[in-house]
Amino acid sequence: MTPFLVSDKWYDIRDLGNLSREILEAADRILPFGVVYVLAALIGFVASFLLFVLPSQLIVGVYGERRIIGRMQSRLGPNRVGPFGLLQPIADAIKLIQKEALTPTRADRAVMYIAPIVFVMPAVLLWAVIPFGENMVIADIPVSLMYFLAVSSLPVIATFMAGWSANNKYSLFGAMRIVSMAISYESPLVLALLGAVVMTGTISLSGMVAWADEFNIWMVFVQPLALVIYFICVSAELNRTPVDIAEAESEIVAGYLTEYSGMKWGLFYGMDIGYALAASGFAATVFLGGWTFFGLEQWVPGWLIFIAKTHLFYFLFIWTRGTLPRLRADQLMAFAWKFLLPLGVFNLLIVSTERMLWSEQDYAKGLIYVFALVNIVLSVALVYAWARFNGYRPEQTPTRPRLVKQAGGYIPVGERS
Amino acid sequence: MEGFGPSFAFWVLAALTLVAAGGVMVSRNLLHAVLFLILTFIGVAGFFVLLSADFIAMAQVIIYVGAIAVLVLFAVLLTPRSGRDNGETRWALPGILLAVCLAAIFLFVVHDTAWNTVDEAPAGLDARALGTALLTTWVVPFEIASVLLTAALVGAIMLTRSPEEEAEDALV
Repeated sequence: MTPFLVSDKWYDIRDLGNLSREILEAADRILPFGVVYVLAALIGFVASFLLFVLPSQLIVGVYGERRIIGRMQSRLGPNRVGPFGLLQPIADAIKLIQKEALTPTRADRAVMYIAPIVFVMPAVLLWAVIPFGENMVIADIPVSLMYFLAVSSLPVIATFMAGWSANNKYSLFGAMRIVSMAISYESPLVLALLGAVVMTGTISLSGMVAWADEFNIWMVFVQPLALVIYFICVSAELNRTPVDIAEAESEIVAGYLTEYSGMKWGLFYGMDIGYALAASGFAATVFLGGWTFFGLEQWVPGWLIFIAKTHLFYFLFIWTRGTLPRLRADQLMAFAWKFLLPLGVFNLLIVSTERMLWSEQDYAKGLIYVFALVNIVLSVALVYAWARFNGYRPEQTPTRPRLVKQAGGYIPVGERS
Repeated sequence: MEGFGPSFAFWVLAALTLVAAGGVMVSRNLLHAVLFLILTFIGVAGFFVLLSADFIAMAQVIIYVGAIAVLVLFAVLLTPRSGRDNGETRWALPGILLAVCLAAIFLFVVHDTAWNTVDEAPAGLDARALGTALLTTWVVPFEIASVLLTAALVGAIMLTRSPEEEAEDALV
């Protein structure tokens, strides 16, 4: 690894741990034993709120998402509250807190009450293992990638609880859909990440960042197919709009959120963005080299680079949400099993072969760039070939209206002539 | 296990796991039982973390909570009459008898085993060592297990496909 110029002076903002450590050590000398732990929690809360939650969650998350989607869809978006409508998310939050949180009479009250709480907890826990900078990771455990996967499988259960407990058939449809989607999309997602794991030979997120730094290449170039699969799967698991069949408002009212109102609904809505941000941060760490930027991290704070990469990824989520139409439930299932899963297996086969070749060459540095070129070409060829094999063809833009049958669309069996 | 932290964590986890496991048994509603079961799995994962087996703890959460519990939820939802409670079951008495017998056996084993304690985790518990062991020493049982699972998967799909669905798939 290249030597870093990060010092342990308190004014070196490239590692924010210095400043908080300085404050805590000074406080420990004055305050009685134990108070410093409370102070540490308070500092952590205030700092993360000011540095991360407020700009990311409220301004970039809610506001940016609405304004950017508004721009993509040729409308203005919120522009009344505050300068440029910047205070719109805060106004929304106040409105949500004021609203009554209704519970249907026949609902399962206890489960319906705890479902939003269960939904929020993993979103916070996910950030524990993501490295913001060289030493800026809360829990640098050796299995952090698996930890991320494990914790991100918990919100599915919370959404299921929400959908089932409301005692509403549309909620139950949403719950059904989310559970079946979780089952379908978990396997290609893990297969895609396995590609990155096999290449780096580690399941620690810090280890992956160190790998990207050592070989001066991002995982996205070595494993482009894995990134595409990961992105599609994670949007499906997070219920982002092109694949949000669990709360498809044109089909099943609002899916599992139908009976929720007020801040209970607000928790689901806000944490949807929280999960998308966490998934973006994870993807930035695994595929875009985390807090490193080919040496720039010696001059610019690593956490700024990391946040920039996270939001770059988050912009992709917004982009797909703003431009793509929603898929049907059965199309989504077929896509996961017939398209993404085989591609993930192919990708794993290729990357394992490359890893074997690479280990025979004593992990020569230049070889990784050859692999990157080969993989980019192979990925495009694989996607194209597998799509042709499955009979998917790029749709020609129709110049006149056509019947469903002419367009090759789905017609139920009974209505076929 | 020394110090306040690990002991505290142990007793909290033990209470959580036992209460949740009790909830699985006494809850009348099948879905509540599944949710309690999930809590039990998470408690067991916590015990693995306490034993310095990080990898197994994470695998426990991914497989049991992320996959098996979700599958159980799915099965419960797809089963007709799953919403009924299990109040009028006739198997309460045999069930209690079986539980008492099992508890007696477990108590006997726990009491009679000489439990070794170590100060720190033994080396070779990490994911790398586990993977090396699975793919070198134990590669044949490992591969046979995966083939068996794939065969079961294909068999389940073949058994549940109806002729209409096959006809529909052929057209799409």
